Amino acid sequence: MQHETAVDSIRLFSGFARGSLRLILRGNRAYWTWLAFLGALILSGVLAYSNQVRFGLGLTAMRDQVSWGFYIGNFTFLVGVAAAAVVLVIPAYIYDWKPIREIVIYGELLAISAITMCLMFVMVDIGRPDRFWHLIPPFGFLNFPSSVLAWDVIVLNLYFVVNFVVATHILYRAFHGKAYIKKLVVPLVLLSVPMAVGIHTVTAFLYNGLAARPYWNSSILAPQFLASAFCSGPAILLVVLQLLRRFTRFEIRDAAIWKIAELMAYAMFLNLFLHGSEAFKEFYSNTQHLLFTRYWYFGVGAHHTLVPYAWSAVALNLIAFGLFISPRTRRNPITLNIGCLATYAGVYIEKGMGLIIPGLTPDTLGEIYEYYPTVTELRVAAGIFAVGFLLFTLMLKVAVPISLGEFMDKKDAAPEQDAVMAVAQAAH
Amino acid sequence: MVSRRLFTQTAAGAAAGMILTACGPKRLYEAPKDQLKARIAEMERKYKEQLGKEIEVSDAGPIPGVHFAYALDLSRCIGCRRCVYACVDENNQSRDPQIQWIRVFEMEKEKGVDFSHADPYYNPAAVPEEGHFYIPVACQQCENPPCTKVCPTGATWAEKDGIVVVDYDWCIGCRYCMAACPYGARHFNWTQPSIPENEINPDTHYLGNRPRPKGVVEKCTFCIQRTRQGRYPACVEVCPVGARKFGNILDADSEIRYIIEHKRVLVLKEELNTVPRFFYFYAT
Repeated sequence: MQHETAVDSIRLFSGFARGSLRLILRGNRAYWTWLAFLGALILSGVLAYSNQVRFGLGLTAMRDQVSWGFYIGNFTFLVGVAAAAVVLVIPAYIYDWKPIREIVIYGELLAISAITMCLMFVMVDIGRPDRFWHLIPPFGFLNFPSSVLAWDVIVLNLYFVVNFVVATHILYRAFHGKAYIKKLVVPLVLLSVPMAVGIHTVTAFLYNGLAARPYWNSSILAPQFLASAFCSGPAILLVVLQLLRRFTRFEIRDAAIWKIAELMAYAMFLNLFLHGSEAFKEFYSNTQHLLFTRYWYFGVGAHHTLVPYAWSAVALNLIAFGLFISPRTRRNPITLNIGCLATYAGVYIEKGMGLIIPGLTPDTLGEIYEYYPTVTELRVAAGIFAVGFLLFTLMLKVAVPISLGEFMDKKDAAPEQDAVMAVAQAAH
Repeated sequence: MVSRRLFTQTAAGAAAGMILTACGPKRLYEAPKDQLKARIAEMERKYKEQLGKEIEVSDAGPIPGVHFAYALDLSRCIGCRRCVYACVDENNQSRDPQIQWIRVFEMEKEKGVDFSHADPYYNPAAVPEEGHFYIPVACQQCENPPCTKVCPTGATWAEKDGIVVVDYDWCIGCRYCMAACPYGARHFNWTQPSIPENEINPDTHYLGNRPRPKGVVEKCTFCIQRTRQGRYPACVEVCPVGARKFGNILDADSEIRYIIEHKRVLVLKEELNTVPRFFYFYAT
C-alpha cells in the first residue's frame, strides 16, 4: 500500500511537471517576444554581474561614504511588494470577501517572485558572494538575535517557503481535481498575514535601529514602510489582473479591482500623512539632523542630484491618491491604470533611492558624496527584475489554466467546475 | 609523473583544507589555540605563495589586566597627516585604490567642532592654516560598539583588551557595520587592494594588518600587532607634536589615566552611547 502511494505520487507529480512544461512551451508571438526580451535583459545582467564579481563592487558607484545604493534600495522596495500580498489576503480570508478571494493566489505568486528578486539583490550587493554560506547554520554562523539582518534572512526565507507551499499546493491539488488540504493551507495562510507584516517591519528595523543615521532612526519608519507597501504591491497586481482578464478566459469582477483601488487610496493617504509628520518634525525642530531631509528635497550646497526624484515621488504619490480616492476615477480603466503607474513609480523612488541615499548622505562625518548608480548597477538590477518577471510569467502560465480548469490531469479529471471551485475556495 | 604527484598533492591539500574548514570552528573568534596555530600557518603559506614574501602573522592574545585607550590633544594637532600615512604603511592599507583608516578634518575655529562644515580634503601650502584646527578621526574602539552588534555572521567583535577587530576570512562584505558606525571608521575593499611588494609590512597580526582580500571590511585596530607587544601604535610614534597619547586605562599610573582624570576631555557623539575609548582633549 505504502509502495503504491509512493509510485502514485511520483506519477502524479511527473504528470504535473510534464504538463506545466508543455504549457510553458506553448504561447503566441507576444509571449515569445516577451520571453526573449526578458532573456536579453537577464543575459546583459549576468555579463555585468560577472564583471562585478571579477573586478569587485568598485564597478558600482558605492564608496565608503555611501556604502549602500541602488541594489539595497531595490531590495527594500521589493520586500514591500512581497509583503503586499497581505492586503489581499486580509479581506479575503478574514472578512470572507469573495471577489478578492479568487485572486489571492496571484498575490502569493507575486510574493514568491518578489522575494526571489529580494534575495538576488542582497546577493549581488555583498562583497563576497562565495561566502554566502557563512550565514547558514550549521555550516556557518547566523548572529541571531543580535543582528537585525539575521532576523531578515530568517523571515524572508520563511515567508518565501510559506507562500511557495500554499500556492503550489492549491494549484497542484486543483490540477488533480481535488480540493486542497484545509489543515495545511488554513494555518499557513493565517501565518502568512503576520509574516507579511513581519518581513516589512524587520526590514524597516534594519535601518531604523542605526543611531548613526538620523534619517532612518525615526520610529515612523516601520509604519511608513507598511503603508507604502500596501500601495505598491497592489498597484502591480491590479495591472496584472487586468491583463489576465483581457488575454485569458479568466474572469475578475470589476468590484474586486475597484475594492483594491479603494484600499490603495487609504494606504496612500496614510503614507502621505506619515511622510508629512516626519517632514514637520524635521523642519520645525530644525536640528542638525534636518540635513538629510534637506539633501533629499532641496539639496545641500552644490549637491542636488536627487532633488528632481524627490519631488517626482511626491507628485506621483499625490496624483495616485487623487485618482484612487475618487470613485469616478478609480472606476475608469484609464485613470485607474495611470494611478497604478503613478503609485508604482512614486513608491519605487521614495522607498528605493529616497530611503537609502539620503540616509547615507551626508556621511557620518559630514562629507557629501553624490551617489548615482553606474551602468553596471543598472544592468544587474534590470537583469534581476527580468528574472522576477520571467518567474512570475511562467508561474502565471501554469496557474491560470489550472484555475480555469483548462489544465488538469486527464486520468483523474474531475468535472471542470470542481477545479475552479477548488481554487476559488483557496480560503477555507 | 611529476604532474601526477603534483595533482595528488594538490588534491590531498585541498581535501585536508576542506575537512579542516568543515569540521573545526570556522570563525577565528572561536578557534582554540592549537587550531589557530594551524590556521595561521596556512595564512603564512598562502601569503608567501601570493605575494612571494615571508609574512609573519602573530596570534598574540589580549594581555590580562590591559585595556587600551587613546587620547588626542586637539590644541596640539597641526593637521600634517603624518599619522595617516604612517598608519597606511604600518597596517598594509591598499595604495590603489587608496584606503586610509585615519581621516583628518579641518575645522574653522569660529564654528567649533562641527563636522557638517569640516573639510577632509584640505590642501594648503602649509599647515596649520590660520583660524583653523584639526580633528583626526579613526575607529573610536567603542565599549558599546554599534558595528559588531549588527554583523550577521559574527565576523567582527571587541577583544578583551577593547580592540574591535574583523575576521577577514569570515566577513561576507554586506557592509551593515559601515552603515552602523557613527564615525566612518570602517572601510571596504571595493576592488582588489594593492601594495607595492617592497612596501608590504611583513610584521602582522591575524586580527590586524595582515593583507586583506577584495570584498571585505577593515578598520583601525590600535596597531594590534604592536600594542600587544608593548609598543605604541604607529600614529603615536610618528606624531611630530606629541598630540597622540596611548596606554592602559586600567593602569592608575599611566599617562592616559592622568589625561582622562586631569584634562578637559570629550568624546565624539557622546549622545549615541557608544562609549568611545578614544578621547579628545585640550592640554593647553
